[in-house]
Amino acid sequence: MSVLTVDHIAVGYSNTVIIEELSAAIPEKKITTIIGPNGCGKSTLLKAVARILKTQKGAIFLDGRAIQQVSTKEIAKKLAILPQSAEAPPGLTIFELVSYGRFPHQRGFGTLKKEDLKHIHWAIEVTGLGELRDRPVEALSGGQRQRVWIAMALAQDTEILILDEPTTYLDLAHQLDILLLLKKLNEEEGKTIVMVLHDLNHASRFSHYMIAMKDGEIITEGEPKKVMKSENLKAVFDINAILMTCPFSQNPICLSYQLNKETECLLQTVE
Amino acid sequence: MSDSVEESIDLKKVYKGSRPIIATFILMGGTIGLLFSIGLSVSFGAADIDFATVWSAVFQFNPNLTTHQIIQDIRLPRVLGAGLVGVCFAVAGSIMQGMTRNPLADSGLLGLNAGAAFMLAICFAFFPGLPYMYIILFSFLGAALSAGIVYGVGSLAKGGLTPMRLVLAGAAVSALLGALSEGIAIYYHIGQDLAFWYAGGVSGTKWEHLKVMSPWIIAAIIGAIMLSKSITLLSLGDEVAIGLGQRTGKIKFFGSVVVLVLAGAAVSVVGAVGFVGLIVPHLTRFLVGNDYRWIIPCSAILGSLLVILADFAARMINPPYETPIGALIALIGVPFFLYLARKGGKEL
Ligand SMILES: Nc1ncnc2c1ncn2[C@@H]1O[C@H](COP(=O)(O)OP(=O)(O)O)[C@@H](O)[C@H]1O
Ligand SMILES: [Mg+2]
Repeated sequence: MSVLTVDHIAVGYSNTVIIEELSAAIPEKKITTIIGPNGCGKSTLLKAVARILKTQKGAIFLDGRAIQQVSTKEIAKKLAILPQSAEAPPGLTIFELVSYGRFPHQRGFGTLKKEDLKHIHWAIEVTGLGELRDRPVEALSGGQRQRVWIAMALAQDTEILILDEPTTYLDLAHQLDILLLLKKLNEEEGKTIVMVLHDLNHASRFSHYMIAMKDGEIITEGEPKKVMKSENLKAVFDINAILMTCPFSQNPICLSYQLNKETECLLQTVE
Repeated sequence: MSDSVEESIDLKKVYKGSRPIIATFILMGGTIGLLFSIGLSVSFGAADIDFATVWSAVFQFNPNLTTHQIIQDIRLPRVLGAGLVGVCFAVAGSIMQGMTRNPLADSGLLGLNAGAAFMLAICFAFFPGLPYMYIILFSFLGAALSAGIVYGVGSLAKGGLTPMRLVLAGAAVSALLGALSEGIAIYYHIGQDLAFWYAGGVSGTKWEHLKVMSPWIIAAIIGAIMLSKSITLLSLGDEVAIGLGQRTGKIKFFGSVVVLVLAGAAVSVVGAVGFVGLIVPHLTRFLVGNDYRWIIPCSAILGSLLVILADFAARMINPPYETPIGALIALIGVPFFLYLARKGGKEL
C-alpha cells in the first residue's frame, strides 16, 4: 500500500536533466531512506516529489491524484518537506518559525486560531523545544535548529514528512536524537517518513525501506537486509564494505569500508 | 497528534508571541511622531510660522493671509509629498528584501530609481508639458525597464544572482541610465526642468502631484498589506514557501508590481533618492521581528518620518539654500550600506 508513487519521472534544472527516468513507490506509514553518493540526485528527487521542482516527464501521485493537478495548498496539508538548505531569516523566534507551519490550514490574514495554537504547542513540546520558544532561531545549536524545522513540518500536521539530510552536521548523539524522534513520530503518529541520510548504519537501523541511488537512477531498493549488501554498496558508492548485524536493530551495518580502487591496489601488491 | 498530548495542553497558557505589542507601540508612537514632525516642518522655514497659525491655515483657511497661502500652497504639499515618498521607498524596500532574501535590496541600489528618472528625462525631452498623470505612468515603466535590465545582467553572471551581484548590476545600470538622462538633458536643453529631480527634492510638490499619486500609492499599500503574510513565507526561502503551499510565482509577480508602482511614484516626485528603502526595513525588522504583516505598516510610518525629517533638515541646515535631500539621506545610507556589505550580505 502506498500513498505516494513516482511514475516514470524525468526531472532536472533549467538546462540539465538529472533524473532521466525514475519510478518508485513510497510505502505508507513506514520510514523510507534514500542513500547514494553526493550529487546523485537525492535532493532533486525529493524536491520533485514535494513539487518544488516540476517534472519534465511522468507524474507523481499523492493519494491517487497527480500532484500537478492538485492545488499546492492542498498538497501542503498532506505532505511537509524540510529542504536541505533551509535557513531562517535572522530575528525569527522558534515560536514564530514553527507557527508558519500552519499556513496551509489558514485563510486570509493568518491569525492563529485555537486549533493552530494547539498544533504549534504540540510540535514545540514533542521536539523538546518548550523552554526555548522565545529564542531567536539563529541563537540555537545545529541540533536544536534542525529540530525547529522539524517542529515546523510537524505543525503542518501532514501524513507525510520529507526530510533532506536531517542529521547532517550533527554530532553522534544529536543524530540519534533526531532519528529517535522520527521513529517515535512514525510509530505513535503513523507518519510516513521519507528522508535522505548519509550514514548507512543509521539508514539501515531506522528504516523499513531503503532506496539506493546513483547517477539519477535507482540501483536497488527494498528492506535494509536486501539493500545493505556488499555488492550493492560497491555498485552505489564504489566501496568495499564489511558488513555485520547491528545488535540493536538486527539489520546489516557496515563495520568498515575501503574505496574499491584501494582494494584493487592491495590485491595487486599481494599478487 | 495523540489525544493524551492534546488533553494536556492548557490553551490559556499557550504562548502566542510578544512582537505585536512592540509593533503596535511603533505604529501609535510613530503616528504621533509623524503628526508632530509634519507640524514642525510646516511651521519652520524661510518665514517661521507658529503652530496656532498652522492649525488655522489647515482647518480655517483664509485665502487673504499670506502665511495661510504659504502653508496651503507650498509647505503642506511639500511635507505630505515627503511623507508619501518615504512610505513608497520604505515599503518597496521591505517587499524587495523580504521576497528576495537579499538584505541589500533597495529600489535605489538595484537601479529602479535610475530607470524611473531616465524615463522622466525622456518625458521632458520628447513630450514637454505632459500632464503629471501621464508622467507617473512613464515613471512606472522606467522602473520596470531597469528592473528587467538589472535582473537580466545579474543573471548572466555564472553562479547565479547573489545579493552583491545584483547590487553591482544595479550600480552599472544606474550609472548608464544616469549618464543617458544627463545627455538627454543637455542635448534637449531641459537641464532646468530636471534639476530638482537630480537634486532630489520634494520642494516642487504640488497638490496636483499628490492627487495623482495618492490613489496609486494607496492601492499599492493595500496590495502590500494583502501580500504581507505571503512575503513573510517567501522570506523563509522559496523551497520552504512552496512546501507550505504558497504559489510563489504569483506572489512574486504581484509583489514586483507593487514595488514598481511605489518606486515609480516616489521617483516621479522626488527624483532618484536612494537608501530610504535600505535603511528603514532593516531598522523596522530589528524592532518588530520578521513578520511582514507588521514590517510593512511599521516601515511605512518610519519611512515617512525619515524623509519628512530629512527634508526638514535639508531646509534648515543652510537657509535660505536647500541642501539636497538625497545627499543628506546618503550621509546615513552609505555607512549603513557598507556595514551590511561587510556582513557579507548574508544577513537575510
Ligand atoms: N539549482 C540547481 N541548478 C542546477 N543544477 C543543480 C541544482 N541543484 C543541484 N544541481 C545538480 O544536480 C545534481 C544532483 O544534485 P542533488 O540532487 O542536490 O544531489 P544530492 O544527491 O547530493 O542531493 C548535481 O550534479 C548538482 O550539481
Ligand atoms: Mg542533497
